[in-house]
Amino acid sequence: MSDEEYILRVEDIHKKYGNSEVLKGVSFNVKKGETLVFIGPSGTGKSTLLRCINQLTVPEQGNVYLRDEEVTNSGAGINYFRQKIGMVFQNFCLFDHLSAVRNVEIALIKVRGMKPEEAREKALYELRQVGMEEWAEHYPAELSGGQAQRVSIARALAMDPDVILFDEPTSALDPELTREVLEVMKKLAQAGMTMLVVTHEMGFACNVANRILFMENGKIVEEGSPTDLLENNESSRTRQFVGGLVMGED
Amino acid sequence: MDNLTFIAEILLPALLTGLVVTIQLIVVSAPFGILAGIGVAVGRTYGGKIPSFLCKVFVMFVKGCPLLLLLFILYFTLPSIGITFTAFQASVIGFIMCNAAYNSEYIRGAIKSVKEGQIIAARSLGMTKYQSIFYIVLPQALRRAIPGLSNEFIYLIKYSSLAFMLTLVELTGAGKLIATKYFTYTETFIFVGAIYLVLVTITTIGAGMIEKKYAIPGAQGR
Amino acid sequence: MDFISILIDWAPYLLTGVFITLGLTAAGLGIGIIMGLPMAIGQVYSTGNWWLDKIIKSFIAVFVWFFRGLPILVLLFLFYFGIFPAIGMGSLAPFFVGAIVLGLRGAAYQSQIFRGAIQSINEGQMTAARSLGMTKLSAIKNIILPQSFRIALPGWSNEYPNILTDSAVCYAIGVAELLTRSSQIVSQTYEASIYFVCAGIFIILNYAGMKGLLALENRIAVPGFSGSGEDNQVFL
Repeated sequence: MSDEEYILRVEDIHKKYGNSEVLKGVSFNVKKGETLVFIGPSGTGKSTLLRCINQLTVPEQGNVYLRDEEVTNSGAGINYFRQKIGMVFQNFCLFDHLSAVRNVEIALIKVRGMKPEEAREKALYELRQVGMEEWAEHYPAELSGGQAQRVSIARALAMDPDVILFDEPTSALDPELTREVLEVMKKLAQAGMTMLVVTHEMGFACNVANRILFMENGKIVEEGSPTDLLENNESSRTRQFVGGLVMGED
Repeated sequence: MDNLTFIAEILLPALLTGLVVTIQLIVVSAPFGILAGIGVAVGRTYGGKIPSFLCKVFVMFVKGCPLLLLLFILYFTLPSIGITFTAFQASVIGFIMCNAAYNSEYIRGAIKSVKEGQIIAARSLGMTKYQSIFYIVLPQALRRAIPGLSNEFIYLIKYSSLAFMLTLVELTGAGKLIATKYFTYTETFIFVGAIYLVLVTITTIGAGMIEKKYAIPGAQGR
Repeated sequence: MDFISILIDWAPYLLTGVFITLGLTAAGLGIGIIMGLPMAIGQVYSTGNWWLDKIIKSFIAVFVWFFRGLPILVLLFLFYFGIFPAIGMGSLAPFFVGAIVLGLRGAAYQSQIFRGAIQSINEGQMTAARSLGMTKLSAIKNIILPQSFRIALPGWSNEYPNILTDSAVCYAIGVAELLTRSSQIVSQTYEASIYFVCAGIFIILNYAGMKGLLALENRIAVPGFSGSGEDNQVFL
């Protein structure tokens, strides 16, 4: 396959914290419109990997390319790439002093230099996409976890990203609220958004992911479609792990 | 006369004499400041309508009025109604009032943070209201108030310099007199400042030790 | 002459003192915030240059330790009689010396209030801002500072009564503020109860100022941001 078909290429990422090597050479490519789900035991570097992609964590070694432009070593240019690579956090990280709609529009105004009226219109549009338009004037402290996470998805969407990284977006939520966030994410995937998702939600992985990447000890140990890894292959490491999850051994 | 001789033979002896007065001011004021602070805090929290109101007015007056002005009132205004103090007495009374007002705020906050169940439990054992305040609530509250009280102690050290404005020659005053006589303002006040910094630092360390000593195992200090 | 007519005669003189006292207080708060905020940012964030950080952070730490550890009276004497004459500014009017000293001291105290506020903000706020492509400076300005302001406001409001009452110590270097003017009236009229009038004015200024700051707090309040509360009311 030629490089042009990939929207995001990740090559040989290494990351150390002190003496412990969290990522030991991770590589993968993502096609436009694909949804990749990363699963694996906690502490295997999945979240670190996502942060290395938008350089919130700087890897010691390895490269990331977005549409054939290098994201790593881009200096001040990183702020351009971060607009194109959205991120959704486990703890939402909404700006606590801003209402929902201001959360979505602030980067449009301050980073993109959009006119306030224009930014407001776009912010409301994105809130509508995640079903939060009615809550536009509410502050983060007034929202449920699920609502807050939907706003934070809208905030990422507003920058018209090529890719969105989801770092355990539902881990902090009750099952009830998890569902409303997963619904939004599923809709996004179906609409053709390219998504990289770290999650323990196996239902989402099976139904929505084009590929599952199973990570263990800082490496991708298995990779394939949900059908390949979970149904056709009785002895896959992924399947053992998922079995453990169901049994509550994680 | 070179600098060293000046410092060793004139400045330091003079500052030492002043320091003794400063320490006297602090040592006399601080205990009464704490006791009066406890009184005001208890009065405001548990006193009836009138004591609580009076305590509130006291705190409002002392916190709202500059300490220097309070000293002037004690020293210059009260004689006109026949109450006369020496500069030392007026200073100490002013410091106690100021210290008590601020201390009472910390103690009151700490009293409020003691769980209501504590008083109920004490009353259920047959203690009177005042027994439960003094044996159960205050011992807990005072521990929590230690950081605030030591903070106020540090303020007391610094504000004791205002006694000089009533002509009492304490540390700052001793420095000022020497500085004026020998025209050595910068050096002198750097020395004076250094002594205050030493006093403040010693207090900070001491307060930390007291806090540790009285900490209740398993209970958060604050 | 009775008390009331003395008061009426000297009212304009006292009133001028009120403005000078407020001027000193405004300088203490104003210089305090203008210098204190950058100092707080300098203490919390790093530039990336190890040596530069070391220099900036030690300078701020020494500044804070010095201005918080010394009595205001000693600072006023040191600057008015010592430092300013030594650097050739001996002719600077006492008012400006008082204003500068209150300002520098205010900066030392307020920098610590802002520093605490900035440090209390969840790290995720910065991360989220950077993830949207904001520069570090833009994130500090648009995300961190607006939040720190709200968190710091109650503590910062308490600086107002502190500086207001401390401004009276400027009496010692002859600034013609409220207390100085009151004492001049007393020495001319032998009516020492003027000091009670002076106290009344200070208490009113104090109370009115705190009401104003409380109104400001409520105005910029954001749901879920603990800011205002009973503890912030000075007298209650």
